[in-house]
Amino acid sequence: MNNSALVTSIAGVLAAAAPILFAVIGETISERAGVLNLSMNGMILLSAMGSFAVALATGSVVLGFLMGAAIGALVSLIVAFASLTLLQSQVAVGFVLALLCRDLSYFLGNPIMGKVGPRISQVPIPGLERIPILGTILFRQDVMTYFSFILIVAAWFFVFRTKPGLTLRGVGERPTAAYIRGANVNRLRYLYAAIGGAIAGLAGPIYSLSIKAGWKGTISGLDGIGWIVLSITIFGGWKPFRAAFGAYLFAFLQWLGLVLQPSLPSVPSQVLQVAPFPLMILTLLFVNIGNAEWVDRSLARLPENVRRDIARVLRAMNATPPAALGAPFEKE
Amino acid sequence: MRVELRGITKCFGSLRANDNISLSVPPSTIEGVLGENGAGKSTLMKILSGFYSPDSGDILLDGKKVKIDAPADAIRQGIGMLHQDPQDFPPLKVIDDFILGKKGGLLPNRKNAARDFRELSSRFDFSIDPETYVDSLTVGERQQLEILRLLWLGARILILDEPTTGISLPQKEKLFATLKKLASEGMTILFVSHKLEDVEALCSRATVLRQGKLIGSMEPPFDTRVLVEMMFGKEVPQEPKTQLQVGTTVLSVKHIDLDGIRIQIKGVNLQVRAGEVIGLAGMEGSGQTLFLSACAGLSQPVGGSFCLDEEEKEMTGRTYHEFRKKGVAYLPAARLEQALIPGLSLTEHFILSEGMRGFFIDRKKSEELAKSRISLFNIKGKPESTVESLSGGNQQRALLALMRDPLKLILVEHPTRGLDIESTIYIWGKLKERCARGTAIVFISSDLDEILKYSDRVLVFFAGKVTPPLDANTLSVERLGRLIGGKDWDTLGTEAAHA
Ligand SMILES: Nc1ncnc2c1ncn2[C@@H]1O[C@H](COP(=O)(O)OP(=O)(O)OP(=O)(O)O)[C@@H](O)[C@H]1O
Ligand SMILES: [Mg+2]
Repeated sequence: MNNSALVTSIAGVLAAAAPILFAVIGETISERAGVLNLSMNGMILLSAMGSFAVALATGSVVLGFLMGAAIGALVSLIVAFASLTLLQSQVAVGFVLALLCRDLSYFLGNPIMGKVGPRISQVPIPGLERIPILGTILFRQDVMTYFSFILIVAAWFFVFRTKPGLTLRGVGERPTAAYIRGANVNRLRYLYAAIGGAIAGLAGPIYSLSIKAGWKGTISGLDGIGWIVLSITIFGGWKPFRAAFGAYLFAFLQWLGLVLQPSLPSVPSQVLQVAPFPLMILTLLFVNIGNAEWVDRSLARLPENVRRDIARVLRAMNATPPAALGAPFEKE
Repeated sequence: MRVELRGITKCFGSLRANDNISLSVPPSTIEGVLGENGAGKSTLMKILSGFYSPDSGDILLDGKKVKIDAPADAIRQGIGMLHQDPQDFPPLKVIDDFILGKKGGLLPNRKNAARDFRELSSRFDFSIDPETYVDSLTVGERQQLEILRLLWLGARILILDEPTTGISLPQKEKLFATLKKLASEGMTILFVSHKLEDVEALCSRATVLRQGKLIGSMEPPFDTRVLVEMMFGKEVPQEPKTQLQVGTTVLSVKHIDLDGIRIQIKGVNLQVRAGEVIGLAGMEGSGQTLFLSACAGLSQPVGGSFCLDEEEKEMTGRTYHEFRKKGVAYLPAARLEQALIPGLSLTEHFILSEGMRGFFIDRKKSEELAKSRISLFNIKGKPESTVESLSGGNQQRALLALMRDPLKLILVEHPTRGLDIESTIYIWGKLKERCARGTAIVFISSDLDEILKYSDRVLVFFAGKVTPPLDANTLSVERLGRLIGGKDWDTLGTEAAHA
């Protein structure tokens, strides 16, 4: 493979990761507040179908994207309502919604199957696109891919650098303590479930109005993405930059599977298609190794300076979920 | 600001935690709130701070009725409360925890907050680094963090629910001086405590609750005997110090080096013998907890060795599970986070700790067990009460009631933190009973009187340094206080009791 092909491929990986990124960051925000939105898989399908339908009918991609966000927010609010107000299990409700939304999207999407509709195209950024290599990788993308870059930084900044972000973390971590400090826990949970859902909902139109333009029902190849999104959220340790790394890693592994296939004829093609999934699990394992007690015990035998460095790295890599994830908040 | 509670009643199920309580606290007053464990003090304070809504009754500020339905309302009125269990965020950085809840602005001014934090904490000789994580602090330090935060928020009415359990004597004196100054500037302070000497040193009035009812108030000069009688409805005799015969070695600690996240300890030597009580003294976070948890296999030493029993069973590098099988028990300070399981009832806790055989739960037998332990340890609660519904003091009793029998060695952090006088005497009676039967006890306490009264030998910790074991009978409170504060360490060599 020559250099320019490699550069184009990297640019392709960044674009392919964009919808996953939106979904993962959205889920991260919602889970930070304590609301686990397990409906992700069905929600992405429904918003992909719905936004394509709207764009097809109105000819406006902007309205399509708005529809995607609205569907995402709506589905998340259903999960939030069932768990925060009706005190039902988030896992059960989310799971049922995942199945319901998927079937709904196939059913309602029948009339628009295979139609050709509007889509967004690449918008090279004048000047910047001319930078060698980087220009092609970063600055000849479509609008949503640009937004995905901004989203990572913006989400990180919000969660870790602003006061509302701090309260958001508190609400998911120890709602009682946050309540004592004056936070309206359930209102904030509704709010962040809706915002996170809207952001995640944009993943749908990024597929159906851009990288996999159109609606092809069961053969869209979108089924399953939502489940990966949920695992990347965990992999990302509820931190935007790490989540982004997870999304890019996954998109890269998928691309690798595609390009390796012709050069490894002896390996069945299914192996390469499935390989990204166990690889993600292995990385997850590696990242969380610092939690294990035996690591602690074996570290004690190392010389002091080495031990300190390793302990620091492990502590930095360590990720624990928001302590109140999935648990309802009642004040008495 | 004048705070007035009128006819406050609050029930939990059939239990009347507050029964028609009326109390008026004038501005510039430090009001002591006293009462035995489960008397309803915390409940009343939580009502004033908006955490609970009363079933009936009114709250008046400066004579005006106010509606306080949530903590947010109370904060708006300038009411700040330090809760008995630290209400903070363990995975956050100290400075973030400090800022969380502070009103105003989208972006926190970390630099200013850190400066204020350092300034405040040096005013009280607290030594918490704003850049560490809350979960690496001891419970006492987390209380200190909360105190600093409330002072920083600048409340007009300050409620402190047992603020002195986690700070040392000199720190306490500084805190009290500040509270007195704030009161003289017009702040109203409600101060809940079990330590009568604290109330007597600080408060301008003391009010006593018992079984949810207001019994009465007293102004200085306070008469301790009368206050105790109001609290318990009877006199509580002080037990004399007992001296037990010590037996063979239970645990030997040989040149142990420990390496915690924040502190290192080098070369500790100690022989713990059957029937003996060893007290670990020092400011919160000076290494006591690290040492104690290492004695149970909960953290791993980087040098030296631990041996159990005379036959020298080498235990270095073993897990807590293995220590436990050999008859070692560990009781941590963070009751609800580390020792009890919120949501489970007392009966279920007894079932778990007894490790009952078989697959099925023997309902009747376990209920009986729970009932007998509840009455044996005087726990105010029912077999089906969940642990988080117990009052702080009763949670501690439950924890002690959960210990198995017989045990070789009990390692306990703050055995009587939050307990009233009667329970303290009671719990130590129970622990000493075990000693008489050959159990050794190593405990941490920030209460100097407790250290001197109940231990045979004392180890003092200061910034990771450890004294050789000192004989508690010849150690004075003043000298212990100086050692804890890092003074007099150069004179130690000569008077060490046999290690
Ligand atoms: N959330 C709750 N649910 C049920 N019962 C409760 C709850 N909170 C407190 N209680 C009960 O109300 C009574 C008063 O409790 P409270 O915590 O006010 O006591 P306290 O005076 O603060 O005691 P302590 O000195 O032990 O802290 C206790 O019997 C306790 O078991
Ligand atoms: Mg209390």
